[in-house]
Amino acid sequence: MRQVRAFGAFWWDFVVGDDWRVAAGVAAGLGLTGLLAHRDLAAWWVLPLAVVLTLVVSLRRATRSTR
Amino acid sequence: MPVGHGVLLFLTTFFASGVEAVEALTIVLAVGVVRGWRSPLIGVGAAALVLAVLVAALGPALRLIPIGTLRLVVGALLLVFGLQWLRKAILRSSGFKAMKDEGAAFRKGQELAASSSPAAPKGMDWYSFTIAFKGVLLEGLEVVFIVLTFGAAQRNLPLAAVAAAAAVAVVAAVGVLVRSPLERVPENAIKFAVGLLLTSFGVFWGGEGAGVEWPGSDLAILGILAFLALVCALLVRQLRRERIAALPAEAQA
Repeated sequence: MRQVRAFGAFWWDFVVGDDWRVAAGVAAGLGLTGLLAHRDLAAWWVLPLAVVLTLVVSLRRATRSTR
Repeated sequence: MPVGHGVLLFLTTFFASGVEAVEALTIVLAVGVVRGWRSPLIGVGAAALVLAVLVAALGPALRLIPIGTLRLVVGALLLVFGLQWLRKAILRSSGFKAMKDEGAAFRKGQELAASSSPAAPKGMDWYSFTIAFKGVLLEGLEVVFIVLTFGAAQRNLPLAAVAAAAAVAVVAAVGVLVRSPLERVPENAIKFAVGLLLTSFGVFWGGEGAGVEWPGSDLAILGILAFLALVCALLVRQLRRERIAALPAEAQA
């Protein structure tokens, strides 16, 4: 059981990394993009914007904790 | 596949693999210089074999997935991965995180190798083997991930694998020649560039997989790259200003 947990923790750390909010921001951006695209609305702007917002939020948290 | 995408695929995989190879080289050199070369080199070979098996096994399997689904999944993974690289590179460039110091990592590795139980005069030195195997495997997993995702989404796994192998060969050759960690390699600048490329392709493929029709078709990737590069440059500048403003007055002077 401990090994399974360690295996899961390794892959979580490998893929998600230091800040889970990055993965959450990406998931939200892709979800909204899919939603708009499937209603035939312009959706190309969503992901670039989501990337910038995710990066700003994550960097804000990181820099606040080091001050 | 457009030629431009092929060039970007090669460059991204080459530089991502190169920077990971530099880190793995530091680990192997530190243990090899102190405890001898035979066991760490066997460890390197074993790890390389595991990584090659992973690419050979997973690469063809990925071809069975429909391209739309594949690009959505690959795009999501590249976005998460690329944003992690960008985040760290921005924090390092703005001074909020210390730069990676291969020289310091080398000296620390040497101290650990010297202080652990001595190797038997003959036979395998399991300490050296394990350190080299683990170091190469862990650094190599990131390379495998990039080779598989890029190669599969572009339907050109061989080009991605060749780029990765070329980078590892260059770093290994330089390592053999200089026999010291490659401290002068601008690791953060390379990680910044690779992070930008991973994130840009993640946006492009993730968007396509989610149903987006990009204005300008394939050329949109260059627009995304330029936009993200500008945003990251502005973020570095802003964070540098904030860090300097937070310093005591005498430190600012």
